[in-house]
Amino acid sequence: MSLAVEQLAVSFDGSPALAGVELEVAAGERLAVLGPSGSGKSTLLRAIAGLQRPDAGRVVLDGRDLAGVPTHERGIGLMFQDGVLFPHRNVEGNVAFGLRMQGMPRGERAGRVARVLELVGLSGFERRSTTNLSGGERQRVALARALAPEPRVLLLDEPLGSLDGPLRERLLRDLEALFERLRLTVVLVTHDVGEAFAIGDRVAVFRDGRVVQAAQPDELWARPVDAWTARFLGIRNVREREGRTVVIRPEAVRVERGEGAVVLLAERRGPVVRLRVRLDGGDELDAVTTALEHPRRGDRVAVEIDPAGVFEIDAAPEAG
Amino acid sequence: MDGRRAALIAAAALPAAFVALFFAYPLAAILERGLTEDGGFELPWDVLGAHSTLELLWFTTWQAAASTLATLAFGLPLAWVVSRFSFPGRSLVRALVLVPFVLPTVVVATAFLAVLPAGSERGLLPILAAHVFFNTAVVVRIVSSYWSRLDPRLWHAAASLGAGPARRLREVTLPVLAPPLTAAAALTFLFCFTSFGVILILGGPGRATLETEIYNQAARAFDLRAAAALSLLQLAAVALVLVVSAATERRLGGAVPLAPEQDALRRPRGAERVAVAGVLGVSALLLGLPLAALVDRSLDGPRGYGLGFYRALGDETASLLVPPWHAVLNSVLFACAATAVALAVGGLAAAAIATRGAPWLDALVMLPLGASAVMLGFGFVIAFDDPPLDLRGSAWLVPVVQALVAAPFVVRIVAPSLRSIDEALREAAAVLGASPARVWREVDLPLVLRAVGVAAGFAFAISLGEFGATVFVARADWPTVPVAIFSFLGRPGAVNAGQAAALSVVLMALTTVVVLAADRVTVRRGSL
Amino acid sequence: MTISYKAVVVALAVAVGLAAAGCGGGDEGAPEEVVLVTHDSFAISKPVQRAFEDETGLRLRILKTGDAGVALNRALLTAGDPEGDVFFGVDNNLLSRALGEDLFDSYSSSELDQVDPRYVLDEEHRVTPIDHGEVCLNVDKGWFRSRGLAPPETLEQLALPRYRDLLVVENPATSTPGLAFMLATIARFGDGWQDYWRRLRENGVLVVDGWEDAYTVRFSGSSGKGPRPIVVSYASSPPAEVIFAGKPLDEAPTAVVESTCFRQVELAGVLRGAANEDGARQLIDFMLSPAFQQDVPTSMFVFPVREGVELPPAFERWAVVPDAPLELPPEEIGENRERWIREWTDVVLR
Repeated sequence: MSLAVEQLAVSFDGSPALAGVELEVAAGERLAVLGPSGSGKSTLLRAIAGLQRPDAGRVVLDGRDLAGVPTHERGIGLMFQDGVLFPHRNVEGNVAFGLRMQGMPRGERAGRVARVLELVGLSGFERRSTTNLSGGERQRVALARALAPEPRVLLLDEPLGSLDGPLRERLLRDLEALFERLRLTVVLVTHDVGEAFAIGDRVAVFRDGRVVQAAQPDELWARPVDAWTARFLGIRNVREREGRTVVIRPEAVRVERGEGAVVLLAERRGPVVRLRVRLDGGDELDAVTTALEHPRRGDRVAVEIDPAGVFEIDAAPEAG
Repeated sequence: MDGRRAALIAAAALPAAFVALFFAYPLAAILERGLTEDGGFELPWDVLGAHSTLELLWFTTWQAAASTLATLAFGLPLAWVVSRFSFPGRSLVRALVLVPFVLPTVVVATAFLAVLPAGSERGLLPILAAHVFFNTAVVVRIVSSYWSRLDPRLWHAAASLGAGPARRLREVTLPVLAPPLTAAAALTFLFCFTSFGVILILGGPGRATLETEIYNQAARAFDLRAAAALSLLQLAAVALVLVVSAATERRLGGAVPLAPEQDALRRPRGAERVAVAGVLGVSALLLGLPLAALVDRSLDGPRGYGLGFYRALGDETASLLVPPWHAVLNSVLFACAATAVALAVGGLAAAAIATRGAPWLDALVMLPLGASAVMLGFGFVIAFDDPPLDLRGSAWLVPVVQALVAAPFVVRIVAPSLRSIDEALREAAAVLGASPARVWREVDLPLVLRAVGVAAGFAFAISLGEFGATVFVARADWPTVPVAIFSFLGRPGAVNAGQAAALSVVLMALTTVVVLAADRVTVRRGSL
Repeated sequence: MTISYKAVVVALAVAVGLAAAGCGGGDEGAPEEVVLVTHDSFAISKPVQRAFEDETGLRLRILKTGDAGVALNRALLTAGDPEGDVFFGVDNNLLSRALGEDLFDSYSSSELDQVDPRYVLDEEHRVTPIDHGEVCLNVDKGWFRSRGLAPPETLEQLALPRYRDLLVVENPATSTPGLAFMLATIARFGDGWQDYWRRLRENGVLVVDGWEDAYTVRFSGSSGKGPRPIVVSYASSPPAEVIFAGKPLDEAPTAVVESTCFRQVELAGVLRGAANEDGARQLIDFMLSPAFQQDVPTSMFVFPVREGVELPPAFERWAVVPDAPLELPPEEIGENRERWIREWTDVVLR
């Protein structure tokens, strides 16, 4: 199923939440919509699902304009940000809900529910009340509920939002594998770059109700369209000089013992160490190193920049 | 979302049409008859502005306000006990509080006189006591249907933030309970504002409310103009109360965290046990004593204690055209029909009100509570005299008028509950493929089923006990139990009084059984 | 799902049941109907009703439309477009109101020559007397006996200190017997009636709004076992206490104070615009027939207006039919009723 969003606009009380969004998702493709909170990502999903009537623009599924097609006939799954489990139904009742709506016979339902629960790592949870689940369990039940009816397109709103550390990592990988296996068309909304890059075949960067850039993760990382995007992706080495915007990727900044700068911050993030240094000229730069032996805070260092990691952005810098 | 909008408009249309046809139209007919003079319609400013009218309005208002406060003060502790604690007989207590509600006022007044100390049997205090007795059910059942579903973690969170019991009551419980409290207070106020039998019997001739004075003018002095003028005043006052309470309820209402009832209930611990026992004991004393007096009277036959009066219910009697047990069957039949109609009318209205506000519909459905029964009865007589609406003497009118009185309860109970449902739940169901109708059945209905059960119990009890309007439309060969009780009380002799008491006890038993059953079904089916 | 299904079934069952009940009479081939509009206290025993139906081939439908006041006012509201054919239950105290509103068509029953002419209150025969019942003070005999006190024998005695706080009366503004009792005092004392009520008030008279309240709740001689041993009720109340005692009694527990009785005559009339005018006339004839007249004491606790009708044993023994009850002409009542009630209210309740 391919999904296209054309010039979609929604505003609330006069202030635009979506301002002409253009998106295309190919069948079986996974698109991550990445943006800060309040950028209109959830509204985008609601409009695609038919929960929010657009002021303008179209949502097209496999060439068919969905205007006038009510939510329940769109065949689009949506996993809500905070789960939104039915409090009057147990885990099984929640997961089987969509199946019942499809009219699946009772016998088949139980098997499907069990399989989906296994998929999200909640085997045997069928009879549990939803009020007694932990945050992570709720999130996974919500995911199972969205997956169970095998929707044509699955929309995920911050699916890992309230999860923590190892569980989050595990579920992230599970999701990746799952989507790979099911060949689902997926639109995932997140504010987390890691999540977007992990799941998205492509990532659409969303800002103030529009898509500022949509590209594959590597491409995005290699060529953010503007300074804001670069910063949002986590690249803070953005320099604006004489009307030009220059980006230095942190991995292109090499730091060695020597002179010319001082280390402000050094922290290990798994296999890499992130550093922040201040050049004696006053500029600050981010860097990463994979070295086991790395400079500590306060060390004097020499900084060398690999030109391959330096590029220039044509567009004007941040508008706002 | 157009389908939903159309569905809501359709949902609003049925109750609006029902109330317009069976309430607004006949009432307008009688008001017009009363206020038309020399061919022209004139507002009766002389009656409205009279000093005596202002006195009536003042007494009516303040006795209702005082009664409402007293009922809240008495009912809230009981609501707390049945909402938060599990104890043996809890469901029975919930059902029993509704029993006073169905009893005819004459019967209750008699029971009250039996237990009130001599010398204090008339005046303001007995009025307050009787109003508390009747309306405790309103507070307990409406508030607890909401309270018992609240996620107890609300209080745990408040406690963990350092709020003591008093703070928790003030900062969490009362604000969260504001919508049902408002609804219960408004209904109690309206009931006391339009109270009739209690004022007549326990107030005595010196004390009159708008309702009793309307009856006097319409039924005794036959001054239709004065009666119509006072009816207008009463309707206006009631409409004002309705608008204010509906606005308050809307402002305070919203989604709240819910949990299944069994999660919210726990056994009382330590000092709580004393409190629970104390509340139950005091309630049993105040609510139970008059009822016990009634049971005692029904058993106290001329040949000693026994079931003689009950056995006599099967026999022909000079007081009724049919054997009294027919009245029991009639009452059950009518009450079932009236409950079905009230649930349909009130439920649809609640759906429209909860989702779209629809304040005009809210007011329209509630307004029958503020109309004088005698004026509405007269209105029926002159409005429904021509085909196709020649309904005079039709037995169908009985469930219709009973539903008019019961529907406001359904609205006030179901609407806050509907409003408390998180819209995201409906959206989640829609995304999973549920059509609007299916969403209603799969999400709204189960989540409000508890409230619907409470509303159904109320509707049934109201229909069973309704007398003021029923007596105007009931056919002599189709009497209801309250009508039969009045027929018996209208005659001298121990057997008549005894059978009246026996029928009252049957009414109590019926109410208890039906309400218990309705509670059980809805508690089990709707786990919330 | 099961719930809504069940609800539908129940609703259907109820609807079907109601429809069946509503149509039970069936219009097809049903006998012609005559509708008697009356108050809640009307009663007729089954054999008597069947006798009428067999005799005339008409089906008698009884439409009770409220207590005496409400029923009359409802009839007045629908004057000319009535709910039935005959109205029964207007009494001499409210008669002027009914006649003033042109409620009835004239009909002079052939049975009228059997009726004591004292009861015929309208020369044009728009209304026909059916029964009379006297409103009298009732006393609780046991109460007085146990205190060694003699019950009052006259209206005057009620104002004596020894009867302080013993009397309960109905409000004439809201109750038919209450109105009759007030009229009794006017008939007895003339212009001095207000003074008399002032003295009753000083002597602790209790006023309640309805007969039910007064008799079944406040009166000590009824099963309600209230605190007051003197009440305004009917001449037929003592026999009723015997008949409805539920066990054989050697003596009525209550007695009537004969000198306080005020006559009430209940009348019936053919409603103007009646659908079945002929049936209405037959019904009025029947209500004056011996069969119906003999039935009124036990069914409605009133006395027949037809001469020579035998009273049931309990009535023979325990009822008092005063020879010379207090009376006022209906026209005088009609002209002054509202003013008297206002004056009474000012004297007794303000």
